[in-house]
Amino acid sequence: MVAAAVTNAVFAASRFGFAPRPGDLAAIGSDPRGWALHQLDRPSTTMPSDLPASAPMVAAMLQAREDKSDEGKKTENQRLRAVYLAEQTARLDAAVTSDAPLLERLTRFWSNHFTVSCIRPVIRGFAGAFEREAIRPHVTGRFADMLLAAERHPAMLFYLDQVISIGPNSRAGTRNGKGLNENLAREMLELHTLGVDGGYSQNDVEALARILTGWSIARLRDPDAGMFRFYPQTHEPGSKTLLGKTYSDAGYDEGVAALHDLAAHPATARHIATKLARHFIADVPPPDAVQRIARVFQSTSGDLKQVTAAIIREDAVWKAPYAKVRPPEELLIAASRVTGFVPPAPFTVTSLHNLSQQPFFAPSPAGWPDQAGDWIGPESVLHRADWCQAFAARLPNPPDPVALADGIFGETLRDETAQAIRRAASRRDGLALLIASPEFQRR
Amino acid sequence: MTTRRDFLTMTAGAFALAGLPGAVFAAVPGDRRFVVVLLRGAMDGLAAVPPLGDAHYASARGAIALNPESCIALDQGFALNPGLKALEAYYRRGELLIVPASGNGYRTRSHFDAQDLMECGLVSKTRETDGWLNRALTPLQKGDRRLGLAVGSAVPLVLRGAVPVASWEPAGFRAGNSDFTASLGPLYAHDPLFGPAYALGTKSQDFSNTVLGGDQPKAQGGYGPKSFEPLASAAGKLLAAPDGPRIAALDMLGWDTHVGQGTETGRLHDNLAGLAAGLDAMAQAMGPAWSQTVIIAVTEFGRTVAVNGTNGTDHGTASVMFVMGGAVKGGRLYGDWPGLDRLEENRDLRVATDSRSILKGVLRDHLGIDAATLSSKVFPDAPGLLPANGLIRA
Repeated sequence: MVAAAVTNAVFAASRFGFAPRPGDLAAIGSDPRGWALHQLDRPSTTMPSDLPASAPMVAAMLQAREDKSDEGKKTENQRLRAVYLAEQTARLDAAVTSDAPLLERLTRFWSNHFTVSCIRPVIRGFAGAFEREAIRPHVTGRFADMLLAAERHPAMLFYLDQVISIGPNSRAGTRNGKGLNENLAREMLELHTLGVDGGYSQNDVEALARILTGWSIARLRDPDAGMFRFYPQTHEPGSKTLLGKTYSDAGYDEGVAALHDLAAHPATARHIATKLARHFIADVPPPDAVQRIARVFQSTSGDLKQVTAAIIREDAVWKAPYAKVRPPEELLIAASRVTGFVPPAPFTVTSLHNLSQQPFFAPSPAGWPDQAGDWIGPESVLHRADWCQAFAARLPNPPDPVALADGIFGETLRDETAQAIRRAASRRDGLALLIASPEFQRR
Repeated sequence: MTTRRDFLTMTAGAFALAGLPGAVFAAVPGDRRFVVVLLRGAMDGLAAVPPLGDAHYASARGAIALNPESCIALDQGFALNPGLKALEAYYRRGELLIVPASGNGYRTRSHFDAQDLMECGLVSKTRETDGWLNRALTPLQKGDRRLGLAVGSAVPLVLRGAVPVASWEPAGFRAGNSDFTASLGPLYAHDPLFGPAYALGTKSQDFSNTVLGGDQPKAQGGYGPKSFEPLASAAGKLLAAPDGPRIAALDMLGWDTHVGQGTETGRLHDNLAGLAAGLDAMAQAMGPAWSQTVIIAVTEFGRTVAVNGTNGTDHGTASVMFVMGGAVKGGRLYGDWPGLDRLEENRDLRVATDSRSILKGVLRDHLGIDAATLSSKVFPDAPGLLPANGLIRA
């Protein structure tokens, strides 16, 4: 390959993947856009079949709530920890070994867009299942389908308090005086669809909250315990007006229709296009690129394969190398891909915790931030460097860092980095410096 | 000081972690212990054991020549760097043998290649998958007890190979490494995001170190040269246990002193003090087993005789090797001195003693490995190199 082609392959591997594994650059060859586009036709990653589905985990959580004994709590906590570690190991392995790393990037983007966080401990057992059940199947499908799958999922219904929201005038509401909880409705409008500037009012939040009443989880005594269930007895009766459109009383279907309309709203297209462009192109993406991506979203009714392809076709992606800082999880995945070494789960989970990005522990429903300043500061840059050393110290068989740097950076390798690696006091130091280098810290 | 009860609890836990079976399979003669400490980054032997008696010493070293007043005089015109003060008692007791002007037989100034070769026990890169210490284990390993132990985050190449070994690392341990941190400044200097962040971060870290006295209890082991001591001490406890491992390897980093290596104080002094404190702690932790122990501390090559433009030294050739332990016939210097007036390529101290002759001598006389195995298996590309005699007490 000539130098320019290598450079474009380097960009492709990091911008539409994590980082090249040995041989990846040759596979990308001289058609980096084609390589990126082709990934969108690949089947989604097969996850280990022994990871538990959400329904039994939700049922187990409900059961554990009734068992107040210390022994019962301890057993349940051990089980939850084991499930959490298994989920983290599986999704890390998927990202490190994938031949279609773009799908893994998209999975993380969308999983973050529809954040569920174990900061609410009640969802610990099925946060991983949320990503596998509601996100993965739809990353190259329709946005409206992902939206519905995410909002109906037990993890989301518990995380944003939908399970306790009751129509004030419903049978249950009039009987025990309980009422609405707006949490899910508000975050759905602000974060999941229209965006904070999407032109909705407090009345719209309340209307959507009323529309969504009845969306909950089958209780322990039900045969479908732990699965989504619509409860007519808690659903607010009467018609509701959301964003100027009236939804007549239709039970569960009201919510489905409202979500469908929110997915098709022009503000949603703008909001999603902005977030995607910020994630894949630059912290402050070119406005015309955002506009083009939004138009594709709108004209294809949220076909995420077409939308992602539109990002890949943007020239700005290929002209602004290393514009984005890798968040900690991507840094770990990238380091594992280039070295072929995945550290054991206790180390990876502790690492990401220390680097402030423990999977499924985002601080708020807004998810992890996505700009350089959010991740790089005087303290965090030292923590990152520390981590690079700790990672390199664990490599069972450290490869030659000079050859590796040439292979993964091509002509984008800076002189300072090349020199630091060449002069490193050991292979491990050289690899730690490679991972700590500004070019590897970015993508 | 650990009580015996604490100590037993500690080792039991450690063995569970390392997966060592408790059963006893005596295979090493007389239950002898052997430890290899790899000093990665190339230790400046001329600073560690300054040849003050060499007429060219002061002029050849220039600004980094040590003041004889502050060094600890040994024999034959050699002295110990004040940072190695903790080793003086071992020398006086006859438990420390020093091999100045030693080297590993290869001639490369690349850290990566040299460390590989040092660990493989070879002079050219022909096989890089197993280490000489692992090959030396083959005749010793009987039964399923793992005699070899890697102490640290990963098994170093010297101990990798066909014979299974155990590995152990203190929980939360972070190996300090001044070489790595010294490289970060230049690495980030010109980056508009990482440069200022790193400069600010180190500045506030320095400030808090000054205010808090620089001894903040971070993770176990902490940062810098002091991180070697807890590792070495733990290694000593594990080796001392009756059913524990008998052979261990561990790393100490931070020797690549290109910039500001210092003299009686400074970065190199601190690293030497960390090494001495670690070796002392290991000896203490060994208890009665110390009398059956040999520790070898070796580095991949030495450093230039002359000071460079940044008050440091660059990659050289010969360095110094320490052979220490209750089983060592020490209290002396071993081998010839090539002199500072006839330098390798006009810049480096020449090699007078091939380190592998020392290793062969120790492996033969301390661990009872026969000469044929040493020649054919352990150091296959140096069959003619004779083992050094008389290193071990009879």
